Amino acid sequence: MTVSIEEKASFEFKGRMLMATVLYLKDLDSRSLHQQISQRLEDAAQWLLDAPVVVDVAHPEEASQVELLTAVDTLRGLGVNLVALARHPELDDQVAAMLGLGSINLANGRDVARSEPPARTGNSKAAPAAAAEDTLVVEQPVRSGQQVYARGDLIVLAPVSTGAELLAEGNIHIYSTLRGRALAGVRGNEAARIFCQDLDAELVSIAGHYRVAEDLPDAYRRKPVQMSLDGDAMSFADLMGKS
Amino acid sequence: MTKIVVVTSGKGGVGKTTTSAALATGLAMRGHKTTVIDFDVGLRNLDLIMGCERRVVYDLVNVINGDANLKQGLIKDKRVENLFILPASQTRDKDALSQEGVEKVLNGLRDMEMEYVICDSPAGIEKGALMAAYFADEAIVVTNPEVSSVRDSDRILGILSSKTRKAELGEGDIPARLLLTRYSPERVERGEMLSVEDVQEILAVDLLGVIPESQAVLNASNSGAPVILDLESDAGLAYADAVARFIGEERPHRFLTAAKKGLFGRLFGG
Repeated sequence: MTVSIEEKASFEFKGRMLMATVLYLKDLDSRSLHQQISQRLEDAAQWLLDAPVVVDVAHPEEASQVELLTAVDTLRGLGVNLVALARHPELDDQVAAMLGLGSINLANGRDVARSEPPARTGNSKAAPAAAAEDTLVVEQPVRSGQQVYARGDLIVLAPVSTGAELLAEGNIHIYSTLRGRALAGVRGNEAARIFCQDLDAELVSIAGHYRVAEDLPDAYRRKPVQMSLDGDAMSFADLMGKS
Repeated sequence: MTKIVVVTSGKGGVGKTTTSAALATGLAMRGHKTTVIDFDVGLRNLDLIMGCERRVVYDLVNVINGDANLKQGLIKDKRVENLFILPASQTRDKDALSQEGVEKVLNGLRDMEMEYVICDSPAGIEKGALMAAYFADEAIVVTNPEVSSVRDSDRILGILSSKTRKAELGEGDIPARLLLTRYSPERVERGEMLSVEDVQEILAVDLLGVIPESQAVLNASNSGAPVILDLESDAGLAYADAVARFIGEERPHRFLTAAKKGLFGRLFGG
């Protein structure tokens, strides 16, 4: 190694944005984790191996250090590029350091999502109440190339064209034809729902779980539909009748 | 009071220039003092359709740059009173259009007491199209009954609702109406083409008119006489109806159903 004796800046801060994948561990059982992740890696090719991954534990209060350690080892063994652990009161930077990971605060906005258990059964549970002032009402058609973002619920009273995109942190209601994309719960709210008078969408998504047009169930095409998340899968129900 | 109308579509080749020429000519025939401006800088065409290509001295960019004054740039139509053409420059590109420059030209036309200024927009959603639309009071969106044209029109309708001066001043959307061109009822019946109802349902705007697919349009382009002058043709009549509706008259829509042709019609009709 050479030692520089010149007075010159040896570092520079670069304000670069970095995309990281958050791996949300609902279960720390290392055997099922190994099986499911390795299968996913086969399906999804390189994306998990290349991207830096932040581990977020679903139930930090129940997670023992041993479980965490084996889970992290399992993931590392599969070649997942772990960089940090999402911070929780129970999982502070000391725990992260013990696992050989950095500690990152993902809390902004996501706490809201996690404070409420995801609606499992669908219609029995009320959607989370977004503050009324965050509700956005759109009365004009949403045209191809336009994007509408609502911090709470989004209500659209006109057609949404192919190539248009609706994004909401809460629920999305469309009292007309949806031909474009609708993404509800974009910040992780798994209890968010999409309601639509006439479903002809390019893509629908709730909290990142999506379906493209090709995968929409035929029985609900061009019908009044509500969509919610049932576990990891999107569930469709008749908007009018009992589901 | 001058009304500025943009004729736009997003997609190319759907009939914007044909429509601009027909609309401007139709309005002038009804006695309204009208100018039609070609905004397609670099791909000049309107002068051909209007049959004045041999009389072009100055163009829109010359007037914007002050190389010529507005009166020198305007070409007076020889067939119809009250009709003026401001051609595009063929040697420049769309960057030659500045907002201030376009505004200056339009203000000049206001001072000349034009009743209508028809802005023939280039295809695309880039600078030329945005400049043509920016100062508009009203829009006519030209669409062919096929999916890619409809989607592009939808895109343009979205842009019109945010990128015009009225929208920027918070005065709301400019009124936009749909003109469906190259419509062939026979092909709609065979399911090869979207129907008027399909297109209207997708675009959700008022219908100004439906222009049937017609040989007369091609003939008109070739001869440099706007098709509206040919009142023997279905396309000419459909444009005349559209002009009437444009200025507020009620006209039923025609040419929406396939004509039942007899043997001679099949042999000789067109």
